[in-house]
Amino acid sequence: MRHSTRIAVGPVQFRIGSDWRAPIAALGRLYAGYPQDEARPADATVRLFAARPWRRWLRPSVQIGGDFVVPDALPLPLSMGLLAAEMGMNLQVALGWRRHLLLHASAVARGGRAVIMSGESGSGKSTLAALLGEGGDGGEWRLMGDEFTLIDPVSGDALAFPRAVSLKNAAIAEVAARVDAARLGPLLAGTPKGDIRHLIPRADAITAMHEPARPALLLFPRFGGAAAIEPMGEGEAFVRLTEASTNYVALGEAGFAALTRLVREMPAFGISYPDSASGMALVEQLFAEAVR
Amino acid sequence: MSAIHIFVDLLAGRREAASLAPREWDGVITVARAEAMLATLAHWLKDSGLPPSVAALFADQRAAVAVARTQSLWEAEMARRALASERIEFVLLKGTAYAAAGLSCAEGRQIGDLDILVLGIDIGRAENELLEAGWEWVKSDPYDDAYYREHMHELPPLIHKARDRMIDVHHTILPQTHRVTPDPLVLMAEAVETPTGFRVLSPPAMACHCAAHLLADGDLQGGLRNLWDFHCLVGDFLKDDPQFHRTLLDEARRHGLSAVVRRALRLSNHLYGTPLIAYEEPFPLRYKAERADDLFIQRLLARDDWGRPTHFALHQAFYIRSHWLRMPPLLLTRHLWTKWRKG
Repeated sequence: MRHSTRIAVGPVQFRIGSDWRAPIAALGRLYAGYPQDEARPADATVRLFAARPWRRWLRPSVQIGGDFVVPDALPLPLSMGLLAAEMGMNLQVALGWRRHLLLHASAVARGGRAVIMSGESGSGKSTLAALLGEGGDGGEWRLMGDEFTLIDPVSGDALAFPRAVSLKNAAIAEVAARVDAARLGPLLAGTPKGDIRHLIPRADAITAMHEPARPALLLFPRFGGAAAIEPMGEGEAFVRLTEASTNYVALGEAGFAALTRLVREMPAFGISYPDSASGMALVEQLFAEAVR
Repeated sequence: MSAIHIFVDLLAGRREAASLAPREWDGVITVARAEAMLATLAHWLKDSGLPPSVAALFADQRAAVAVARTQSLWEAEMARRALASERIEFVLLKGTAYAAAGLSCAEGRQIGDLDILVLGIDIGRAENELLEAGWEWVKSDPYDDAYYREHMHELPPLIHKARDRMIDVHHTILPQTHRVTPDPLVLMAEAVETPTGFRVLSPPAMACHCAAHLLADGDLQGGLRNLWDFHCLVGDFLKDDPQFHRTLLDEARRHGLSAVVRRALRLSNHLYGTPLIAYEEPFPLRYKAERADDLFIQRLLARDDWGRPTHFALHQAFYIRSHWLRMPPLLLTRHLWTKWRKG
C-alpha cells in the first residue's frame, strides 16, 4: 500500500497500510513514544482503503479492512481516518488474537495488582482508567488500557494493552483540563460515537506495557446516580465477562478455565457514581480493601 | 518475490523458513490468513528457524485450530445423534471428514460448516430430524429456498440455534443442474468407516469430491486451501495404494470427473509438488499441461502482499465460469433476471 507504518501495543505488532498519508501521519504522532522494532514481523494487518478508485480524492471515504473484516462496515470520511485506523486495529485484536483471553475492559495497576473495569460503552470505564492513570487522586496508578485487558490463560495474570485512550464527549474536557495539550490528538467531532479525542498514555505506562499484574479487583462501573457499591457474586461476574470477551467461545476450554479462575480470584462489585471524583474514590476504597 | 509465492514455496518445501527476511513474514502471514491457511502453515513449519514472534503466533494458531477441530467433531456427533433415531445413514464430507479420518490435510485446517451427504430418498426425513433437534433455516428468502430445493445438491443451509453452527445437508456432490452429475448412490455404498464410527467417502471418491469441489463447483474462492487438501489426500492415499493415481482416475471416470481430477493433479503438482505417476495400461494416463492451466494458477495466486485480491477481470471470469458450469443457459438467464429484479 502507498503509506504504511508499524506499531506495537502490548504483545501485538500491527502493520497498518493506507491509501492516504493523513491517517498514517496521525498515527505516527500518537504512537511516537511507543517502542519500535522495525524487524519484528507483524501479527496483525490493517488496511485503510478507498472502496472505489475515485473515492481516494472525490469525497474521500475510508474503508476499514485487514486480516479480519466486518461485513457491511460503513466507511468513514477521511477527516476521521485516525478513528478508522483505531477501529481497524481493535477489530484485528478482537477477532484474531488467541494468545490471551480478551476482555472488553479498562484496567489500571498499582504495586503489581490490577483493577479491571468492564462495562458497556458509556459506562465510564475508559474515563475512570484515564483519570486514575493521570494520578488523578494522588495515587500512583499505571494505565494498562482503556479498551482491552488481556488475561494470560497459563499464569492468570492481566496484561496491558495501552493503546492511545479514546476519550469521548464530556470526558474530553475533563481529561484535557489535567494533561499537557501535547499529549492529546486532534478533536474528531461528530463521529458515529460522538466527539472523540485521543490521549497518549504517560511514558511510564508505555514503558511498563509488558509487565503483567495480578488481578485484584473487578468493577462494573455505571456513571450516573448516587454513589453506591453493590457486591457481585462469582456467577454474575462470570456471565458478564463472557459477554465482555470477544474470544471466550473461540478459546474453548482454556477460556472457560481462565475466566473461572479470574472470577474466583478477585472480588467483583457494581459501582455507580455521580462524578469522576467520587468514582475514583470508590476505586481507591475497594482496591485498598481487596489488597489488604 | 511476492508473498503468495513465498507462502506456496514454504508449504511445498521448496523454501526454508529460516531463509526469510524478517519483513517477508508480514506478507506471508497476511496471505496465509486471507487463504484461511495460517494454522496449516503453522503446523507444517512447526518451529523450524522461525523468528520468536512468528513461532509464538504459530503456536497460538495451532492451539486455536485444535479447539476448532474438537468443536467440529462434536458437531458431527450432534448430527449423528439427531439422525440416529430415524436410522438415517450419512457420510461426512470435506473438513469434518478429513478430521474424523485423521488425514494429514486436517492438520491445522480450519473447519467451517458441517457438511454431510445423505441419500436423496432420506433428505426429507433428515430435514425433519434436524429441525426437531434445534437446527433452523438460515435463508428466509422464498426464492433462494426454492432454488436450493429444486436445483442444488443440498438443502438450504441450517444453523443450530444454541450452538450457532451451520450444517449443509447434501444429497449429491455437485448441483443437479451441473454438466457433470456424479452418482451419490455409488458414493454412499462405497463409503468407509472411521475408527470413531463415522462414515467418510472411500479414498478415491474423497479425492474426486475434493477436486470437483475445487474446480467444478465455484469460482476458486479458497482454492489454495482446497488444492492443499487434494495434495495431502493424494500423498496420504499413495502410502496405502502405490497405484493410487490409477485408482483415482478409475473412480473419476465413473463419475464423469476425469478432466477435473487430471487438472487438479497438474495444478497441485505445479504448486505443491504432488507426485505424478503416468500410466499406459489399462488406460493411458498422462499429465500434459493444458493452456488453461496457467489461468488457473494465476487465479489461485491472485493476491498481493497486503492480502488483497488482484486480477479483478480474472476473478470475474472465474465467477462467470462457475455459474456457466452449474446452470443450463435458460436457467441461468431466469436466475439472473430474478436476482436482478430483487436488487
